[in-house]
Parts: sequence; structure tokens; C-alpha cells
Amino acid sequence: MAAPMLRWCCLGRRWVLACIDGGSRHGRGAAIGFTSSRKRGQSSVAQQPLITAQKSRKGEHKWAAVVGLEIHAQISSNSKLFSGSQVHFAAPPNSLVSFFDASLPGTLPVLNRRCVEAAVMTGLALSCRINKKSLFDRKHYFYADLPAGYQITQQRLPIAVNGSLAYSVCAGKKPSQVITKTVRIKQIQLEQDSGKSLHDELRSQTLIDLNRAGVGLLEVVLEPDMSCGEEAATAVRELQLILQALGTSQANMAEGQLRVDANISVHHPGEPLGVRTEVKNLNSARFLAKAIDSEIERQIHELENGREILNETRSFDYKLGCTMPMRDKEGKQDYRFMPEPNLPPLLLYDTASLPPGADPQQVINIDWIRERLPELPSETREKLVQQYGMLPEHSFALLNEVGLLEFFQNVIKETRAEPKKVTSWVLNIFLGFLKQQNLAVNESPVTPTALAELLSLLDRKAISSSAAKQVFEELWRSKGKTPSQIVSEKRLELMQDEEALERVCHAVMEGHPQVVMDVKRGNSRAINKLIGLVRKATLSRADPTVIKEILEKKLSS
Amino acid sequence: QLGRRLSCPPVSAALKQGQITPTELYQKCLSLIKKTKFLNAYITVSEDVALKQAEDSEKRYKKGHSLGDLDGIPIAVKDNFSTSGIETTCASNMLKGYVPPYNATVVQKLLDQGAILMGKTNLDEFAMGSGSTDGVFGPVKNPWSYSKQYREKRKQKPHGEKEDSNWLITGGSSGGSAAAVAAFTCFAALGSDTGGSTRNPAAHCGVVGFKPSYGLVSRHGLIPLVNSMDVPGILTRCVDDAALVLGVLAGHDPKDSTTVQDPVKPFTLPTLTDVSKLCIGIPKVTLPFYYFTEMLSTQFPNLQNGDNNSHRCDIDVSTEAMYAATRREGFNDVVRGRILSGNFFLLKENYENYFIKAQKVRRLIANDFVNVFNSGVDVLLTPTTLSDAVPYLEFIKEDNRTRSAQDDIFTQAVNMAGLPAVSVPVALSNQGLPIGLQFIGRAFRDQQLLTIAKWFEKQVQFPVIQLQELMDDCSSVFEIEKLGSVSLKQ
Repeated sequence: MAAPMLRWCCLGRRWVLACIDGGSRHGRGAAIGFTSSRKRGQSSVAQQPLITAQKSRKGEHKWAAVVGLEIHAQISSNSKLFSGSQVHFAAPPNSLVSFFDASLPGTLPVLNRRCVEAAVMTGLALSCRINKKSLFDRKHYFYADLPAGYQITQQRLPIAVNGSLAYSVCAGKKPSQVITKTVRIKQIQLEQDSGKSLHDELRSQTLIDLNRAGVGLLEVVLEPDMSCGEEAATAVRELQLILQALGTSQANMAEGQLRVDANISVHHPGEPLGVRTEVKNLNSARFLAKAIDSEIERQIHELENGREILNETRSFDYKLGCTMPMRDKEGKQDYRFMPEPNLPPLLLYDTASLPPGADPQQVINIDWIRERLPELPSETREKLVQQYGMLPEHSFALLNEVGLLEFFQNVIKETRAEPKKVTSWVLNIFLGFLKQQNLAVNESPVTPTALAELLSLLDRKAISSSAAKQVFEELWRSKGKTPSQIVSEKRLELMQDEEALERVCHAVMEGHPQVVMDVKRGNSRAINKLIGLVRKATLSRADPTVIKEILEKKLSS
Repeated sequence: QLGRRLSCPPVSAALKQGQITPTELYQKCLSLIKKTKFLNAYITVSEDVALKQAEDSEKRYKKGHSLGDLDGIPIAVKDNFSTSGIETTCASNMLKGYVPPYNATVVQKLLDQGAILMGKTNLDEFAMGSGSTDGVFGPVKNPWSYSKQYREKRKQKPHGEKEDSNWLITGGSSGGSAAAVAAFTCFAALGSDTGGSTRNPAAHCGVVGFKPSYGLVSRHGLIPLVNSMDVPGILTRCVDDAALVLGVLAGHDPKDSTTVQDPVKPFTLPTLTDVSKLCIGIPKVTLPFYYFTEMLSTQFPNLQNGDNNSHRCDIDVSTEAMYAATRREGFNDVVRGRILSGNFFLLKENYENYFIKAQKVRRLIANDFVNVFNSGVDVLLTPTTLSDAVPYLEFIKEDNRTRSAQDDIFTQAVNMAGLPAVSVPVALSNQGLPIGLQFIGRAFRDQQLLTIAKWFEKQVQFPVIQLQELMDDCSSVFEIEKLGSVSLKQ
């Protein structure tokens, strides 16, 4: 079972998961079990994994880690948040820059409706309260890729507040023990992205690319309800799936469309929270959990050795595998916030408050957007579990890989094979092949139609399951052939001629009188040996159950 | 001579009737610009572009396809409005050499009506000032310094100073625009008004200075001083002309989210005959003045990224060092001081005590106005300035901040409340210098305000400036003076 689920404990490190303690003593992070068809899901109020440093004396130095996240997701839109320039990844440098993006004197921001709608959609999907009135603010800082000298953001009154994000982690040793945890969402705010600075060390100059300057961002602030890197990574993964399902962000970390900053502290349970550090620019899914865990480890190590944690900004050095303090300039500073005078308050409406005769182009109706929300990942998984009797962890696995769910659904549409069989083939064999060759679903040489046909052959008992695996390998290798073609070419179909099979059985029994004697003496296992011998003689083309029936008949006569 | 200006045939009628062609009008204004160069009213004279515009206009007139009353009319624009292809400096070293790639909306609207852009007018650096004395291109001289009216009064008084060193300031910060209109080098000019910067120089130069309601006219392309108070201003020689220009400029601009959504149509002002029901309020106490900290936010451009020629220093140790040195070299003391104070007020520990307090005071001022207007007052009337124009040498004795605080005392509050206000020249002082009165109207009742101002203008019959002594060739001044205004007169 290769379900790529994240595990919530952090075993095998210098500090270990000590226990799962009852009661949420710090009032954070309520975990909720699966509520339906979760026979195996463990409903738990368990909270923070407590972490014990190895060298400490037993029971004295338990540490709890507290992790909060600030996630920046680039809004998927044709144009930027406040200007008409296009948004594209990897366009030639400075080819997507309006006068406003370059901050030419006298230019003014004009809010992009699509970005507001994306923020409302995301807020609704995360159960936020949508503020019918929100405000924009200026955040001042000097950096060469921020030509205006300030970023327009929503500091005082953001567009959405008080939401929650549920994510599931495996508990215990069995991957099937899924528990759902919830992290509160403090707020979602609209803000501008900055440009990019490219430092040319050789010629000691900095080059600026403003293509990204002014692209709309959703800043999603997650409360410190997480307690380790894996939890944080799983929460980010779930958010990523939600954003992708909504279409509000492509949320591709490799392309910088999803960027994460983490606030991390450790403390002894029952005591006030510790001093926190901020680890910035966790822009790789691979290193997110690792960076957070290494910072937790560092803080524990520092405190264990009687040192203090400084409230500072750090970055993760993925080569060294640990966090490093950032230069002071990039760290703490007074942003001198002020209200953005060039943008009036952003007003949203619901059906009840919609002004009569309002131009639909000029107003945004929250109810209208709510009615049109697409299916969210949690609903999709719920449906899979109910419709196909799938295990929850399988539904997670299907959604975790881009395009895998669609592939699965296409297979199931075209075959009468049992959903369980399809699930198992897609998650084990198909996904296994993909992983082995490091391919994405849409790069697969095997089409859903081909797999469906193969599974139908298997379902009709036209081929054995071992033959089916052979066919699959062949499908993977030789594009364009259908499973039926491969089956007939390789003569893999099961023997349908029962008389012929009886003759083979007879010959095998003749050839192995000792085994036959064993069976007759009551050694029930011995019949399996005979079955194996028959299969071998038929080049695995006979159905073992049929062989067994024939053998039993012959042995008892 | 009183009232001669208002009885003149309007220039647009003369253009339509072919009494004068746009290129002739352009030539006359251009020669006046050259003759009055010593006033320092213009930073850039866009001679060639304007000629092309005049020729195009002339073609339209010949075909009978005039674009309207502003077609072929020479105008000037304060040098803090973005003009495509024409250098826009804000009278600062920082923007010297900066040639914008786009037109401010107000500039574009005027050009779309066929107006001839004669050039960009002088100001205080980044419009921070009330004298038009603090720009890098030097101070603007008030045309009234050279008027017959002022000189005659001065002859009566004994004075030891040299005649030349005793010229008067225009007020500011739109002093260049006010002087350009007063000296007949154009028929209308754009100023900007953040605390009185259009009305103050209008009063000192004897022209009409109109500040529209905040949000009625687009700020897109106006290089900001205080975003929430800046308004493009209109300087003309009569109220009707201000109304004509407002009709062209007013209305929603998709590029400025703070402009009104409601459509605004061009209008002509009615002539009031019965003013018996008009209620004019006169404030007993001076309106409080409060410095606002928003100027920090002015988009002082870095502009290091483009290939334009704006200021950049040679230091390349680090980006920060380059920024610091560029700003030190690029901004004058006033601008630097205001940026620094803005930053100071916005610091976390000061935000409540300064910024929030200032916003509260601003709200109280706005509420005061609302209460006054709700009590039945149609317009408020105040002086525009504390005195008539003072000589430059006297003016520079005080620092910029003190002067700004004094000079904006009657005008600043209006900007805080976003109301329309107009300064109308009323009479000459005993020194022979113009005095302006300010009418303040209700928000977005700009037409009503201008209608009352027009009635008032007719009552006071303000005299025309007499510059004949100044010019070698009196004829051209005289001719253009005859074409005093743009508007059609009844």
C-alpha cells in the first residue's frame, strides 16, 4: 500500500513523539475525528505531541512546539491586482509591466474584480466570515523590487476573517488511522506581490524584474494551532488542494505561486508560550516540514543548553538542513502602516443588502459566489468513500496526485470491474509505476481506457491477475497496443477448455503420486502444491479456483 | 477701464467666426511667453508640439469640424501633471529629465477638446509651498509687480530699494499657472490644490482659481502631494471659463477609483438675477489649520529601473546607499523634511498620537462644514489670503513651513473636507494689488458655487491688469487682452 499520506508524528529524529496527551490544555488545535463511515478512523481529542529531548530526565522536560503559518498564494487571474498588465509565469523579464507597476509618478491603483472574487471564494471555502467592508493599507519598506516604496495590503480590516482549515493526518502505526485536525484561520487579506531582484554577484549589481510586481496575492494567516512540520506541511497541502479546486490559485510551489512563512516557538506544556522565531520563504513542499522541525529542534537544543531564543527572522538553508538568522535589514522593521488613500473601502453585498438597480458589473454578491462554489476536496473525498466504499486514506491518496482522481474516474466509467479493484490498481500499480519513473499522471503511457479494458478482462476472468500485471507492464512499454492485443499476442488468456485442463490435472497427479498421497492423508496444504504445478504446466493461463475444483473432484473420487 | 475684460468678445467666438486662427492665437501667446520669460512662469515651453496642435486645430476649423469651445485655445499645465513626451519635473532635481510616457487624464481631456498645450508651469518643489519660490528653477515673479496699477501706487511712496529687487511673489504652489494666465500667455491653466495651492496664487495674481470637489476631477497623472486632499485646480481669467474647463474635466475616470461614479455633463452657468434668497455664511473664527502627515506617502519615485533620465546618483556601494544619496541630492530641504516627518508620524509609537489625532481633527472639520451647510447656508465666504502679494525679499524671511501655515489658513480646511471652493478677484488693495475672496460650497455642488461666484464677479467688476508699460511691443498684449476669455458671453 503506497498511499502517500503524511504522518503526523516526527519519529526517528533526535527528539521523539513522547505521548499523545489528553485534553487541549492550551486551548488550541481541536482535533475532530472523521464523522461518517469512519469505522477505522480514530476520533480523538488528542492534542499536541509532546516532545522529549533525549538526554533529559524522564517526565521533566517535555516540550511542546507551536507553529503558525502565513501563506501567500498568487491569485490565478489574467491581470494584476491593481493594474491591467498580464500575469504569466516565466515571461521575458519586464515584459508585463504597466506604468502603475513601475510606479511612474501619478499612476493610481484600480482594483481587479477577479481578485476580489477569488478572495471571497477562498474565504467561503475556508468557512471565513466575509467582511462586507474591508480596507486597504500601505506597508512601507525599501527594496529595489518594490518601486513605490510601499506595498498595498489589508492590515486593519481584511476581506475575510475567522475561518478554519481541516486536514487529516495518520495517527499511530497503521496508515488507516486517520484523524482530522483543524487549524483556525485568522484572516485572508488581498495584497500586491513584489518584483524580483536578481543579484549578479560577479558584476556586483542587482537586476530587477517587475513582471511579478503587483500580481494579486491572498495572504492566508493560520493561527498557531499546529505542532510539528508534518502537520504544517499537511495543512499547507490541504490548502493547496482547496485553492486548486477553487481555481483561485494554481498554488504551484515550484513556480512560487504558494509561499510559506512559519512562526515557531516551543514551551513546556502548562507554561506560557515561548519566544517565537519566523522562518521565512519556505517555498518548497519538500523542505517545509523539514525546516520547521529543524527549527523546533534548534530551539529545544538552545533552551536545553540554557540559552535564549531571540525573536528574529530566519531562513532555511536546505543544503545545511537547518535555519539561519537573516540579515537584520530583512528582519524586523517598522512598516509605518497607513490607510491607502487612493482606494475607497471595498464594499461587498449579499442578496439581502444588494442595492436595488445596482449594476451587476459594479457590485460583488457574496451569496451568488457561494452558490457557485465548486466541490471542495473534503467533499470529493467524502463522496468517494460513500460512492465506492473506499477507505478514507485511499480517497486522500487519489486527491494528492494531480490528475489522479480524474484518471481514476475515467477508468471507473469504462469498466465494470469493482471499484475496490480499480482503486487498488490505480493506487498501487499505476501510481507505483509513475513514482518509479518520476512521471506525472498526464505523462503516463497507459491511458484510462487501456487500464479499464485490462481490468474488464480481469473481471471477466479472461486473464489471471498475474497475467494482468504482465499486460500492464507491456502496456507501459509499448504505447498504442490494446490489452486484448497483448493478451492474444502473448497468449495470456485463461484456459477456458475444461477438458483440456482436466487432462493437465490428471497428468500432474500421475506425475506426483507422493503429493497426491499427502493430500489423501489429510494434509490440506498439499493441494496448493498441486495447484501450483498445474498452473506452471499451463503457463499460468489457468484459473486457480477452477484448477482447485477439478483437483478436489479427482482426489475425492 | 473697469470691466473691459468681461465685455470683450470671447476668443472661441472669434475663432469660429474666423476673426483669428488657432495658429495666430498660438503665435501671439508664444510671443507673450517669450516677452514675459523673466516672470519664470514656465519651466518648459512646448513650442513645437503646440504648433502642431494649433495647425491641426486650424484644419478642423477650416473644415468646420471644431471640437468645441476649447478647440484652438492655448492652455498651460502645472509641471506636476504627467504629460506624454514632455518633461515633467515637479520643479525638483529628482525628476529633472523625466519624460512621462502618458498623459494625466485631465491633460488628455483638454487635448481631446483641441486645446493647445503651450507648456508646463513653475511651482514649489513637489507643490510643497505657498510662494512658488521653492522650486529648483527659481521663483515665479508676479506680473502685477510690473503693472501700471502697482507702479503708480509705489511712486507715491518713498522707497530706497532698487526697483528690480522689489518684485512680488505669486503665491503658490501653482504660481506659474496663475502668472501664465494673468500675463495673457494662455487662456486657462491647470494647477493643483492640496491646501490652497490654486486659490492662493489666483488671489495674488488677480485671476479666478477654482478647486473642485474632491472626487469630481481625476487625479490620475497628477504627481501626488497628499493623495486624499489633492485636487486638480483650474485657473482662468473669468468664472465662466473655469466652468467651461470644469465641464470638460469633471466626471468618473476608470483610472482613478476615488472619482465619482455619476455621469457629469458639460454645462454653462446661468446668470443669477435674484440673489435675495441666497444665504452666504461668513465664519467668525478662522478655520483651524492642521498639518496632515500623509505626504510621506507621496510616490516619490525611485525611477531607477527605467531608462529615463531622471535623477540618480553615482554611488553604487549598495542599493540603500544609492537611494539615500539620490534622495539627498534630488529633494530640497522642504521635501526631505516633510518625508521625514511623515515617516516619524507613522512610526508605531507615534501613530495614535499624531496620525489618528490628525484624522480625528480632519473629521471634526468636515463635520463643522456639514453642520454649517445643514443650517441653511448656501456658500461660505472668506478672504482667500491674509494679505495681498508680498515682495519676494520679505517673503523669504520666514521659513517654508511657517509661511505655508500662515498662507493656507483660509484655504486648507476646504481640502480636508473635500469641498469645492473658488477664489474670485474682488478689488485692488491700496497698494494696487489684487485681493481675492473665497467662496466655499457644498460637496459636489460645484455648479451652484460657480453660479454664485459668477454673479459676484459681475458685481465687483475687477480691473484688468495693465501691463503695457512692461512690454516693448504693446500691440500684441493689447490684442490678446481684447480676447480676454474663452467663454461665450450673453
